[in-house]
Amino acid sequence: MSIDLSQFFEVFFEESFEGLDAMEAELLNLVPGEEDLETINTIFRAAHSIKGGSGTFGFSAVADFTHVLETLLDQIREGARTLTAEHVNLLLKSVDCLRALLRTLQAEQQPDLTEADELRVKFEEILGMRSKSKVVQQQTVSNETNIKNTFQIDFKPHHHLFKTGNEPLYMISELAELGELETQAFQDDVPDITNLAPEDCFLSWRFFLTTDKEQSCIEEIFEWVEDDADIAITLCGGLFGDEEITTTETATAVVEQKKEVEPIPVKPTTDTKKPVPVKATTANAESTSIRVGIDKVDSLINMVGELVITQAMLSQLGEQEITEATIASLQEGLAQLAHNTRDLQENVMRIRMLPISFVFSRFPRLVRDISQKLDKQVELKLLGEQTELDKTVMEKLSDPMVHLVRNSLDHGLETVDKRVAAGKDPVGTVTLNAFHQGGNIVIEIMDDGQGLNTQKIREKAIKNGLISENDDLNDNEINELIFLPGFSTADQVSDLSGRGVGMDVVRRNIEALSGSVEVASAPGVGSTFTIRLPLTLAILDGQLVKVAQHTYIIPLISIIESLQIDISKVSRVGKDLDVLRLRDEYIPILRLYNIFNHKGAIETLDRTLLVVVESDNQKVGLLVDDLLSQQQVVIKSLEANYQKVDGVSGATILGDGRVSLIIDISGLIKLSGLRKPGSQELIIESKANLEAS
Amino acid sequence: MIVEHDDLQSKLNIGQDEDIKQFLTFFMADEEYGVDILTVQEIRSWEEITEIPNSPDFVKGVINLRGTIVPIIDLRLRFGLPAVTYGPLTVVIVLKVKLESTCKIMGIVVDAVSDVYSIAEHEAKAVPHLSDSDNTQFVAGLVNVGEKMVALLDLQKTMDI
Repeated sequence: MSIDLSQFFEVFFEESFEGLDAMEAELLNLVPGEEDLETINTIFRAAHSIKGGSGTFGFSAVADFTHVLETLLDQIREGARTLTAEHVNLLLKSVDCLRALLRTLQAEQQPDLTEADELRVKFEEILGMRSKSKVVQQQTVSNETNIKNTFQIDFKPHHHLFKTGNEPLYMISELAELGELETQAFQDDVPDITNLAPEDCFLSWRFFLTTDKEQSCIEEIFEWVEDDADIAITLCGGLFGDEEITTTETATAVVEQKKEVEPIPVKPTTDTKKPVPVKATTANAESTSIRVGIDKVDSLINMVGELVITQAMLSQLGEQEITEATIASLQEGLAQLAHNTRDLQENVMRIRMLPISFVFSRFPRLVRDISQKLDKQVELKLLGEQTELDKTVMEKLSDPMVHLVRNSLDHGLETVDKRVAAGKDPVGTVTLNAFHQGGNIVIEIMDDGQGLNTQKIREKAIKNGLISENDDLNDNEINELIFLPGFSTADQVSDLSGRGVGMDVVRRNIEALSGSVEVASAPGVGSTFTIRLPLTLAILDGQLVKVAQHTYIIPLISIIESLQIDISKVSRVGKDLDVLRLRDEYIPILRLYNIFNHKGAIETLDRTLLVVVESDNQKVGLLVDDLLSQQQVVIKSLEANYQKVDGVSGATILGDGRVSLIIDISGLIKLSGLRKPGSQELIIESKANLEAS
Repeated sequence: MIVEHDDLQSKLNIGQDEDIKQFLTFFMADEEYGVDILTVQEIRSWEEITEIPNSPDFVKGVINLRGTIVPIIDLRLRFGLPAVTYGPLTVVIVLKVKLESTCKIMGIVVDAVSDVYSIAEHEAKAVPHLSDSDNTQFVAGLVNVGEKMVALLDLQKTMDI
């Protein structure tokens, strides 16, 4: 009855990492002195299952280390010890240490135990310092090494024991380590072969253990199966030397008696210690798996069911003779198919969507560590943690966000003294907020610190040659400078590391996800970084438009409205820029045929269609010949075989097999020469280039 | 031509098969050009194409090749030859070109496909360098096939747009 345990390793690691995350989160919630019992219980449970799992799978280093941790937690839980900040710090460090240990084990490497041992010594110091239990126990052990007791242990597992992932053999081996073990197995309950459920446990055991250890040591072994088995441990002798012998003899006799009906050999302890073959796993295995809620899977199955039904209906129709009536039902069936396909697609996409708390959850720890290091008081607020986001986007979002949060803590928030002097709350606040807006997810990183120092940034930019001394920039434009590549290289804005360090990298990473990052800052009040990202990178809803004989796709999310131009509301600004007065705004009109150099398009403005789109907070109107249908399109890369095309974000294949290009609004605005907001005026600068090309 | 081809192949196959490569040749403005046949993915007829705005004139646009977006280059325009109107015989050769670390799939528009020759690479002669013509940079070497001369294309250079 040997099970290849290695097949469960991945699950164990995954669960352990989750457990560690939970521990970390709860530890951060702990405030020494006012700890909540439930919180400590959660931490304890997480530690306990890691210990259990690692013991089962033979990762003794992890199990041993977790054991001391657990002991401390247990004492706190039972009120035998009060929680101190030192404990929390130590526990947090051990979480890191455990995580590192598990990572190395997952990568099938030999773990480095120096850190674990150091921490363990610290734990033992704490445990030994005030609680006498350990010392007493040690004394007991040293004093009473010669005194052996014999325990009778009745172990009757419930049928479902195996299903809970427990293996009695390991417990027996562990018992055998404690001392001399005699084992009897009862197989009275084993049913006929016909009724035998191979996954159920029908055996029960009686053990006689002669050991110098305490009863608690035995209880500990059975701790994990308490609820899954009937366990009775009784002391049946050993206080007197001679009785011990008799018991053992009796036990031996019983065992011999039972031997012929006892088919299951109890393997020697050494067997379990041999290295367990480890399934080949790659180091980045964790990023390739995804946890999906069962409800999402269920709804997928439902949809596939409907799809199959529709398909059956259609093929049935296809076999019939084609008449007027069948055509009607065929069309109906196709509509149904389209509906099913869309639902299915949406649901499949939803599988990839995870709540952003996966990214947010690492920040409490980060903020705690950094604020301790910087000696600042920081409160972290997380809002909109349940906002969902595509997994690939999320993975790439993490690093830029860490960078921004670190910057906010380091340079945004002031020290306590400065805050008090400025009449602010000594505790600074960093807020992470996520929410959906249109087809985008918006993530804000706000701090109530000192804001960006525009004067310093300006000086710095002039020094680095990014702007000239005569450039007249407003504060927004100056703040934008921190995202420029040249800004971060040389010496820093502030004494430490300076805002702007790697900001260009942050922007580049986010733009690679076709998102954008902006900063708004007010001196003395704080700064806000806003990241905007598309929810998913693979599919978009598009509006097909016609320009001359060409079909383009405008992302539906950026369209505000489409209208027919009323020529009386158009006025000309400068040489060749037309603006349309739309309610209270002036919308510059971009002639798509002009920007894309197409001939044969409608050039008059009167009664021509205008699609009003918004990008980077700027509204523009795109002049098109015609509005075609709206449809979902799969984004294909143009760069894979060609190169980046200005004003175009990608291509797609339409229903008839033709390729159509997807318009990149912000690229288009740049291409058209309209300046981005900041300076409110709109300037045509590259018109000449355009006309030349 | 087939006779020539067979002749050539039998001639070439004697003794030296190590560096023999097969080349697909095509005509453009009455000149014959060759590309390594292993780079050829398929040969298609000219079809409707989606233009790419503001691209160089020799990039005709992109087509859908079974779900992949493939740019099409007019080799005549690339070489600075006079353009011709495309007819039913105009062909597109789809090539897979190795550019630096990536492989790109691109199509080239040529006048007509000619033949497949086995050519020993070492027979290729260097292109006489003429400073007044920049088209020579696209040619890796010249070989004689029978009475004709075939220009072997340097695809990396040709496709580097």
